[in-house]
Amino acid sequence: MDDALMMHRLHFAFTITFHYLFPQLTMGLAPLIVILKTMYLRTNNPLYNRAARFWAKVFGISFLMGVVTGIPMEFQFGTNWAQFARATGGVIGQPLTMEGVFSFFLESAFLGLFLFGEERLSKIGHWWTGFAVFAGSWLSGFFIIATDAWMQHPVAFQRAADGSFQLTSFWGLLLNPWALIQYAHNMCGALITGTFVMAAVGAYYLLEGKFVEEGRAFLRLGVIAGIVACVVQIFPTGDLHGKMMGKYQPVTVAAMEGLFKTQSGAPMVILGQPDAEHERIDNPLVANKVLSFLLYGTTTATVKGLNEYPKSDWPTNIPLLYYTYHIMVGLGTIFLAVMAMSAFLLWRGLLYKARWMLWIILCCLPFPHIANTAGWITAEVGRQPWVVYGLMRTAAGYSANVQAGNSLFTLIGFMGLYTILAILFLFLVYRIIAHGPVDEAKSEVGSGAPITMA
Amino acid sequence: MLLTWYVLVAVMITAYVVLDGFDLGAGILHLLIARTDEQRRTIIRTIGPVWDGNEVWLLAGGGTLYFAFPLLYASGFSGFYLPLMIVLWLLIFRGIGVELRMRFDSPVWAGLFDGAFGLGSLLLAVFYGAALGNVLRGVPLGKDEYFFLPLWTNWRVGPQPGILDWYTVLAGLVALVALALHGAHYVALKTSGEINARAKQIARQLWPFLVGLTALSLAATLYIRPGLLNNYRKLPVLYVIPVLVAGSLVSMWRSNSRGRERAAFLASCTYLVSMLVGAAAGVYPNLLTSTTDPALNITVYNAHSGRYAMSVGLIWWSLGMAIAVGYFVFVYRMFRGKVSGALGHGYGGNSDAVRQR
Repeated sequence: MDDALMMHRLHFAFTITFHYLFPQLTMGLAPLIVILKTMYLRTNNPLYNRAARFWAKVFGISFLMGVVTGIPMEFQFGTNWAQFARATGGVIGQPLTMEGVFSFFLESAFLGLFLFGEERLSKIGHWWTGFAVFAGSWLSGFFIIATDAWMQHPVAFQRAADGSFQLTSFWGLLLNPWALIQYAHNMCGALITGTFVMAAVGAYYLLEGKFVEEGRAFLRLGVIAGIVACVVQIFPTGDLHGKMMGKYQPVTVAAMEGLFKTQSGAPMVILGQPDAEHERIDNPLVANKVLSFLLYGTTTATVKGLNEYPKSDWPTNIPLLYYTYHIMVGLGTIFLAVMAMSAFLLWRGLLYKARWMLWIILCCLPFPHIANTAGWITAEVGRQPWVVYGLMRTAAGYSANVQAGNSLFTLIGFMGLYTILAILFLFLVYRIIAHGPVDEAKSEVGSGAPITMA
Repeated sequence: MLLTWYVLVAVMITAYVVLDGFDLGAGILHLLIARTDEQRRTIIRTIGPVWDGNEVWLLAGGGTLYFAFPLLYASGFSGFYLPLMIVLWLLIFRGIGVELRMRFDSPVWAGLFDGAFGLGSLLLAVFYGAALGNVLRGVPLGKDEYFFLPLWTNWRVGPQPGILDWYTVLAGLVALVALALHGAHYVALKTSGEINARAKQIARQLWPFLVGLTALSLAATLYIRPGLLNNYRKLPVLYVIPVLVAGSLVSMWRSNSRGRERAAFLASCTYLVSMLVGAAAGVYPNLLTSTTDPALNITVYNAHSGRYAMSVGLIWWSLGMAIAVGYFVFVYRMFRGKVSGALGHGYGGNSDAVRQR
């Protein structure tokens, strides 16, 4: 493979993977914080406001890291993927800009007020700032998904004389069926991250025997929202996503499943390592006929194997794709089991004392991040060898004028910088958790005098 | 339609420079005039609630460039690869510098993040100025409409320049002094007491440098690119722009001397707007000129996206920006007035940072 192509792929892959660790947490926590603020408004119980303030602090750190690692992404289409950018600006330039114009302005305008302006606002006013930040972040997610969905399933375009893609329908782009399903599945994934982190912190507090009342609230909200998210993630969003891929990206599905040869009544592989050289799965543990059923609705349906497609159209790294897909599904299944058990125990009033369950919830903390990451790698590696599916190859998209060495240099720079950011993030969030959800002395005076004293 | 989008992109870039410009200026001032911990915190609090929103103009502007003129976005960003990456890193340093400085009560922590904030802001100002200088000077565009510039070659403005040559360094200096002055006016507007006095003092000290550098840079620009006056000759009303530049410089001095803080700040806003509009007016219809062959220039005519995209974009863009301006007005009003000198929590916490974070 071309040196420069590999470096630019690594550059984008690394920066986007690190970046997305943060938005999934902020987007996952945002609706939960709105729920906490809503409960505070309805019940007037200061516990809920303490909880909301606590999670707002975590949210704030995650949001900041998301912002600083996100800016490089917008520019990277131009710096490292110039040929792709030149060809597709006429289409995906729109949702990417809409993200800035509609979402970022909304989020950033109200984030300061939400984090530090509570004293200046009425209770309802402060609720609205929280809602605005939630709406902005979820809107942001939509525009990014719309962009990726177009790359996966190009719609609403025509090719110009110079080969570039030009938009033909604004709503066609935004209502791309792929985008709607991918968005639902992605946001649910983010919610899983938010709910598991919240529940894990609650479990931690209960196991430590401090901030018990708040810990229970975190567990309650985390588990109730979590079980809903886990179910919806698999059915209907995961199921629909799989069917969509079966229809439009059958090569990818074959690769994900390690299906080297066409089969009717194709099995779903639960465990086993794909051997791309000999085109088989080692030590396979399979569920017969399940793949056919999930993709096409009948156990006898024929699922095309990789053998049906030219090798030049195969995803470039089949073992990676296979593993990330199975890690995502495996973890998703485990999450469902954990949340189902926790929800059952909660319903029976047994959860808070069930230390074994609290330990499991606590230990689950990093795994939603891993599952979301694995899912995205599946999507993007699965799209290969295309950068615009079926129309433009990745190998034709990178910045040919930027030599591999430059990309390597900046990649190393980002790795170093992001290591520092990761350490800072963990340190600061740890301190917030250790400090706990206690009430501050009420004097949150922000910049500028109150309205009356201008 | 092409002119419309050219103007809109210019508006976004100008808005970014005026808004994040005072954030960067505050950062430079933070480095230069703040002596005590309290003063440093005060300066950070002047921009605390607004810096992130200001920075969004860069993203929205970059995005607008991408969807209206994809060829310029692709060619420009890849050609300016190294300095752009450095700008991205500096933005990260500035961002965490502003936000994390007060999260931990330790002089070493504060020092590190003060450095990140101050130095990051200073270098960003220089790089942005140099970036504009590069655009005005032109780059060696190849037949495939791409280029790649090393950080420097021979420091001369010729057919094979580097990112840094005498002209772009000059442009960087102008930006540095202009944004420092702009930041000084902003800090004066938002503070009282000793910091207010120091900000006004440094504004007075920087002003003659800005006047000199402005004149020098205008002369240098016309020397290397005499063609930039063509549009002015065709449309003499554009000559009001240099008049505005001069007028704003005078107004800055007079307003600052008389303690009219808002007028001084508006004057530096006007200065920045006039300088950028003046450049944009001269450059049109080119977006990026070639130092080797004018036939290879990237222009509004060969860089734009499809008609439909530009038309439909006008609708949602106008709607979105109108709403965004509404947010801005709301937030700035909520945080108007001077940063309270008293020690307080929230944006600009005191030594109780540990307790509250």
